Parts: sequence; C-alpha cells; structure tokens
Amino acid sequence: MSRSAAWIVFLKECRESLRDRRILINALLIGPLLGPLMFVIVLRLTVARQIEQATRPLPVAVAGAEQAPNLIAALEQQGLQLLAAPADLAGAVRSQQLDLALRIPPGYVDAWRAGRPAQVELFFDSSRQGVAAEVQRLEGMLQGYAQRNAALRLMARGLSPTLAVPILVAARDQATPQGRGALMFAMLPYFLVFTALIGGMWLAIDSTAGERERGSLEPLLINPVPRDRILLGKVLATALFGLASLTLGLLAFMVAGWFLPGDQIGLSFNLGPHVVAAILPLMLPLVLLIAVTEILVTAFAKSAREAQAHLALVQILPAITSVVLSFAPIKSALWMYVVPLLSQQLIILRLLRGEPIAALATTLSVVFTLAAVLLVFWAARRSYATERLAINS
Amino acid sequence: MIVVEDLRKSFGAARAVDGVSFSARDGQITALLGANGAGKTTTLRMLYTLMRPDAGRILVDGIDVQHDPLAVRRLLGVLPDARGLYRRLTARENIEYYAALQGLPPARARARTDELLQTLSMQDIAGRRTEGFSQGERLKTALARTLIHEPRNVLLDEPTNGLDVMSTRSLREFLRRLRAEGHCVLFSTHIMQEVAALCDHVVIIARGRVVAEGSPDALRERAGEASLEEAFIKLIGVAALGELS
Repeated sequence: MSRSAAWIVFLKECRESLRDRRILINALLIGPLLGPLMFVIVLRLTVARQIEQATRPLPVAVAGAEQAPNLIAALEQQGLQLLAAPADLAGAVRSQQLDLALRIPPGYVDAWRAGRPAQVELFFDSSRQGVAAEVQRLEGMLQGYAQRNAALRLMARGLSPTLAVPILVAARDQATPQGRGALMFAMLPYFLVFTALIGGMWLAIDSTAGERERGSLEPLLINPVPRDRILLGKVLATALFGLASLTLGLLAFMVAGWFLPGDQIGLSFNLGPHVVAAILPLMLPLVLLIAVTEILVTAFAKSAREAQAHLALVQILPAITSVVLSFAPIKSALWMYVVPLLSQQLIILRLLRGEPIAALATTLSVVFTLAAVLLVFWAARRSYATERLAINS
Repeated sequence: MIVVEDLRKSFGAARAVDGVSFSARDGQITALLGANGAGKTTTLRMLYTLMRPDAGRILVDGIDVQHDPLAVRRLLGVLPDARGLYRRLTARENIEYYAALQGLPPARARARTDELLQTLSMQDIAGRRTEGFSQGERLKTALARTLIHEPRNVLLDEPTNGLDVMSTRSLREFLRRLRAEGHCVLFSTHIMQEVAALCDHVVIIARGRVVAEGSPDALRERAGEASLEEAFIKLIGVAALGELS
C-alpha cells in the first residue's frame, strides 16, 4: 500500500496544479518563455544598435569649420553632420545641450601650412552614457584623415609612406562562429536552470507551505502513510512541472534561434534538435535536485509568501555560478563536473559551442547530481519526520 | 476503545500534558472538557500519532500507538482542528483522495464515498469544487474523508468550532448515530451545552491534568451543583487550589 502512496500523492498534486491558473502560467508560460524572449530582445537591440552606430549620421557642432574645408568635407563623407556651434562650446557640452563638439582653433591654418601638428579640440563629457562610442568614432575619422595626409606628405618628399608605419597590427580572431555566439549565450544555461526552477516553484510552495497555511497538512499526515512517501509524491510532481517547463523552454530557445540576426553579427547558435536531445537527459538529475530542494526549503515556511522569500535565495545560486562562468571563464577542470549545477552549465556551454563532451564528464555530472538528490531528499525526509512539520502554531 | 495511561508532554519548560489518564469506550461519546490551553489538543495529537509523548502509554483497540503508529492510524478517524480542504478539487475528489491514502481499492472507495455523501446529505455539492463552500459544507466534506475507511474510533478536535446552529445540530445528530453503530467517539470541547447534550462520559482537563471524570450527572452530583457549568468551575477551582497549596 505504501508503495503506491507516493503515486497517489503525485497524481493528486498534478491534478490540483493543472487546475491552478497561477501554477500553469508559471510552469507553461512564464518559465519557458521569459528566457528566450529576453534573449531575443536583448540580442536584437544590441545588434541593431551596433549596426546603427556604424552607419548613422554623427551630429557634431564644429567651431571654426570655415578654416578647414578639406577636413570637414572628409569628415562629412564618413557621416559627420555639421551643426552650427554656439559661442561657448565647453559650456554647451557641460550643460548637456551638445553630446560632442569640435573646435578648430585660429592657429590651425598656419600650423597646417607649416607642416607642424595642427591642433583640433574635442569637447565631450565622458561620464555621460553612450558618448564614449561617439567620441571613439569621431577620433577614428580624424585619425584616418591625419594618416592619409601623413602618407601624402611623405610621398611629396619622395619617401615611402610605410616608413611611418613601423608596426602593423593584424587582428586574427580565432573564435569559431559558434564560440563567438556562445560567449553571448553564456547566460543560456542559467536561463534553463531558472526555467526548471520557475516551473516547479508554485507547485512546491502550494503543496508544502500552502497546505500548512490552509490547514490541510495536519489531516493529510494522519493518514496511514509513511511521511517519506508523501514527500516523494510531492517531489515528483514538482519535478514533472519543472521538466515540462524546461522542455518547453528548450523548444522556445530553439525557435528563438530562428529570430536572431545571426548572419548580421556573424555568430551561429548551435541549438538544434540534437543539442536539445542531449541537454534534456543531462538536465533530468538537476531537475530532480531542484524539485527536492524546493520542497525542502518551503517545508517549514508558515505561508506561501514566506516560502517565496526562501525560494528567492535558491534562485540566486545558479545566477552566481553563471556569472562566474561568463565573466571569469576558468579553464574547465575535472572537478567542475562533480559539482551539480556547475557541471550542467559547463556541459551545456560546450554543447552550444559545438565542442565534444567526454563521456566521463557526463557520467560524473549525472552520478554526482543524483547523489546530491539523495542527500537533499534525506535531509527533507528528516525534516518531514519532525513533529513541528504539521503544527500550525 | 481508547486507553490513555499517565500521558506526559512538555514544550521546553511548559508542561502541556502532565499525567493524563482516561479511557473512552466503544458505543459511547466521551468528551475532553477543558478551557483553552488546558492540554486537550496536545492530548489528542498524541492520540492520533502526530506527536510523541514524553512518557505514558496509549492503546487503541489494544495496539500501542508508539509501537505501530500506522496500524493505529488505520483504526482512527480524525477530524483535527485544522481541517483544510483542497480548494481546486471537488468534494468527491477530496474524499476519494483520502480513500486512496487509506488504501481502499477504487471500487470500494467509490461505493463508500457514495454512501457517505448520502448519509451526510451532500450529494448536491459532491461535484463542486470546495473553493466557495460554507462552513457547514466544509465540515461535511472533512467528516466524510475522516470516516472514509470506516474507523472504529472517531476523534474530533472542537468539532463545532465556527458552525452555525443548524450545522451544529446535524453534527450532534451524526455523532449520536456513530455511537449507535457502536463506534468509540472522543471529542474535545470547551462548550458545556455540547457536553450536556451529547456525552456519556466526561473527562475534565485543567493545566494538563485530569481533575475529574465521570458521567455528566455524576460530575454534577460530585460538585453539588445543579448545572454542569457550575460543576465545571468548581471542579477546576478545586484543582487550582490544590496546585497552589
């Protein structure tokens, strides 16, 4: 009898949850779609901005433009839009009326003719958001003009222009297209973990703290069923909703891949059906670990609200490992595949980069995550055995 | 049949139950009568195996609660103070969930549920979700799931709490019926009229101890008072004085 008790609890939790709009929306809509949606939006915005910044006109107020018509013409060819300059350039920039201003001082013409460095002044406020990119772009234009003229001057004196280029730096980026993509997608494993967390979260809250809050836990525990069976049923139901959320999330990411401007930014996003098929079984132990942790953490919360606060702390954990992985990309070592959460995130990253995964890495990840599941289940079982569990006050 | 011998339970320094002994017989309604905080709920919780006693012994139909709590739970139908239902399940689904947890085969569970729905005259609400149920409807559903496995012994913790007059009357009627069927009915209360109207046997508890025990008539006689309420006050007062001296 007690063997099927876990199944009875599991079925009841699933049935009840399928009727709960909040649980359904979280498990089947918000969980799976939030990640991919944020992804596509953020990527499209950044890509669109990069492209726009390179081609759109750059409005610059120029004082003394009439002294250097050639310079201005060259700049205008590259997108500079000439604005009339106010009398007080520095003041206008400081008061944020202008983003960027260029002053060609009276001495410019004389210096140019004499072959001395002719100074131009750039006014900007580096503490303002987005100005740095504009300054860089204008500086680039000015440098280009200067180099062209330097070359012309050398040639006019019968010298080779290459004399002025003692070192030529050639950038050779060795990132594969997938690799470059994966750098941008470093947060994807986090989104997947997050999706599994969100999927089971409300069911976990409802079936533990919610039961206590509504006073249905005490009568439930008086049934002739060992408590660990009840616990197991609740964990499995939570895991099923987490898994449903994760599966939908993966499919959503796959679809989201089609809407990414991959060709424009020169990266490819290796999340085809075969990668999805590889990720799912890898994540299964982690989904169980998440479920049993959620049940353990919410077991003693007096209300759904309190349980939610406890779970917020759990949600921070995968964020930390993700941030560490994306900002301090440590060389992957064997021990990392022993750590649940970290191992799945690492393997998913490698899968996305199109790198081969050693069978040992996958085995370690699965075995040690399952060991963690047993450990947390044991802790949850102990806490379920206490008298305190069922008592409201 | 429930036998309690010298039951004790402390929470920290507070002795919630301090040597309680009594017995509740089959075919009788027994009341645990006491003020709030007297130790009634704690005593019941130890009876229905939710709490472990620090000392003492409880026998339910001859089985020691501490030796085989699961077997005891099968012999008990319990309506605790917390009697929450699952809001998104119908009344029938709530009842059948408990039937399954009690190990009833599906066909038996269905038949027994139908039987209880009829006995408690709640067929009309059986298919509704319990979300908008009245107190009376909730109590009926909770009672039905309490009795789904035909327990010999029925424990109820302050069963009339929050009920209106009509629901209280039909609950009393129902408890008399259980008695007539030969069940051992034990309930806790602080309401005198309930005791006077229902009980064969009264166990008065004050500060975690049994201060008097007997039929309502015997207790009135012992205290030399015509009303049970006066008798109760007097008996508790004697105990309190005894504690002071």
